[in-house]
Amino acid sequence: MSTSHGPAAPDPLDFLAVDSSLSAEERAVRDTVREFGRRELLPHVAEWFAAGTIPDPHGLARKFGQLGLLGMHLDGYGCPGAGAVAYGLACRELEAVDSGLRSFVSVQGSLAMTAIHRYGSEEQKQQWLPRMAAGEAIGCFGLTEPDSGSDPGAMRTRARRVGADWVLTGTKMWITNGSVADVAVVWAGTEEGIRGFLVPAGTPGFTATVIERKLSLRASITAALSLDEVRLPDSARLPLAAGLRAPLSCLTEARYGIVWGAAGAARACYEAALEYATSREQFGQPIAAFQLTQRKLAEMVVDVNQASLTALHLGRLKEAGACHHYQVSFGKLANVAAAQRVAAKARSVHGANGITLDYPVLRHLLNLETVATYEGTEEIHTLSLGQAVTGISAFR
Amino acid sequence: MNIVVLVKQVPDTETERKLDPADSTVDRAASDGVINELDEYAIEEALRLKEKHGGEVTILTVGPEQATDSIRKALSMGADKAVHVCDDALAGSDALQTAYAIAQTLGTLEYDLVILGSESTDARTGVVGAALAEYLGLPQLTLANKVDVDGTSVKIQRQTDDGYQVVEATLPAVISVVEKINEPRYPSFKLIMAAKKKPVTKLSIAEAGIDADKVGLANATTQVVDFAPAPPRTAGTVVKDEGNGGVLIADFLASKKFV
Repeated sequence: MSTSHGPAAPDPLDFLAVDSSLSAEERAVRDTVREFGRRELLPHVAEWFAAGTIPDPHGLARKFGQLGLLGMHLDGYGCPGAGAVAYGLACRELEAVDSGLRSFVSVQGSLAMTAIHRYGSEEQKQQWLPRMAAGEAIGCFGLTEPDSGSDPGAMRTRARRVGADWVLTGTKMWITNGSVADVAVVWAGTEEGIRGFLVPAGTPGFTATVIERKLSLRASITAALSLDEVRLPDSARLPLAAGLRAPLSCLTEARYGIVWGAAGAARACYEAALEYATSREQFGQPIAAFQLTQRKLAEMVVDVNQASLTALHLGRLKEAGACHHYQVSFGKLANVAAAQRVAAKARSVHGANGITLDYPVLRHLLNLETVATYEGTEEIHTLSLGQAVTGISAFR
Repeated sequence: MNIVVLVKQVPDTETERKLDPADSTVDRAASDGVINELDEYAIEEALRLKEKHGGEVTILTVGPEQATDSIRKALSMGADKAVHVCDDALAGSDALQTAYAIAQTLGTLEYDLVILGSESTDARTGVVGAALAEYLGLPQLTLANKVDVDGTSVKIQRQTDDGYQVVEATLPAVISVVEKINEPRYPSFKLIMAAKKKPVTKLSIAEAGIDADKVGLANATTQVVDFAPAPPRTAGTVVKDEGNGGVLIADFLASKKFV
């Protein structure tokens, strides 16, 4: 031990001591998810990625549910009611394993459950939320369409009134857990504007088709939803959701999780690169001894720590009720870009080994292509920031 | 049924663990403290027995201030309350003194069962359970890989090298468990949030009825005479398989008397 006085040298794995301000509960959440990830997820994730699926999504949902990961920031109905930072830490630790696993939790908790929690009737909440929190039921969220991505207001899915019922027709695309969900939150245009509907699996006319041949987010199940004259009672409509603002507010929740998750993916890549660079020897010395490698590691540690700080700061703002969706856009834009830079450098540090599934780096790099695209592309968040600082919308 | 689970905080086995050269005790600053792994199996077994038979699970820890983190984790797994005996006079106590301190503290509690891990990952003496039972004058059921409680008696399967023994005793009793017994649960977030509201009673040695002359490094019954760091691992031998790999493996095993 050092006998000199003054501050201790920084921990290479938490350089700015970002986690030093966490509460005991927050540390307990972090440690629990980290340990769960290390024991239950990490040993399998490369295999799942190679297979392009999650082999037992319902079993995984129950495990997530037992921990309290599903809808963990929601109150009541069997949800833990954790703070925004605790929820963010869970996302960070999950995505340090794989973006697909964090996506699973985000879609269930931040999208499907948040939509029901915020806009559902008491009956809908009682029917779905406790089972979804426990992982007994899986939910998905159908907003994006084949021809309507960044511009969801242009959606073609329609819901028309037939007597007291609604009839839905249309197609939804890129729906995480779509083919394994017990209930789909589907957004559709009506004469009064966009409305949300709860469509149980097995409703006649409702089918889900798995999207194959993805090269990114492979440890995740993605589907297209088809609604062909799907007849639903009015009690299936989310009564408090009026207009596009409703689904967009759910997306802000999910993006908040991505802000943290991207920091986790970045950290995992940096840690792998640091470990590899200090053990791999070339020209008789560890490659970490070369200036070109040190530059990469230094740039990585800056990106990882800035991303973590951004996430934590947004989390504290959110807990104070002061986090605007423009600030979440800032976090999503900045942290995903940082994670992509880190993953690419980590991949290069690993040389040829870096292109295999034996190391996590290319898996993360490929996943981040999806993370940069969904929940608002880099372009859309850039334009959001442009609008926020100029007051002028450049895209609508 | 009221169960007390003994939980010890130990240095994380995944970090480099050190002894303090000044007094040969564990250097707690050198690595993070975690719950002794086998104690997690003890907590899990207690929670399962509670789920089946009702009652309360109390965590009892004898250890320094920072052991609070381990107590909190045990409460996050589902234990109801905790007693933390924390006193500078306990520093450096050996296994027998710790068993004495636990026995005295248990005298202030009501319980039907005491469950603990069969050994700790730091000192690995494995004697606290047996010594505790002797101090308390209670039956000891050690190395349990299965526990069944029936009214006023408890029956365990006692793990041995070549099978198991069935051992039965009347309650109250002291049970030590091995890792085959169960798969410990993860703390749930709901319980993590609730843990800070659960009562943790902090006791000095006087409050726990522990005699200061019987604990601490100066009064220890055992002494660390000498210690040395483990020698660095030697480089392995790489043997190339040129069609005779099987023979070489057999030779190696024979040379180490494995076959």
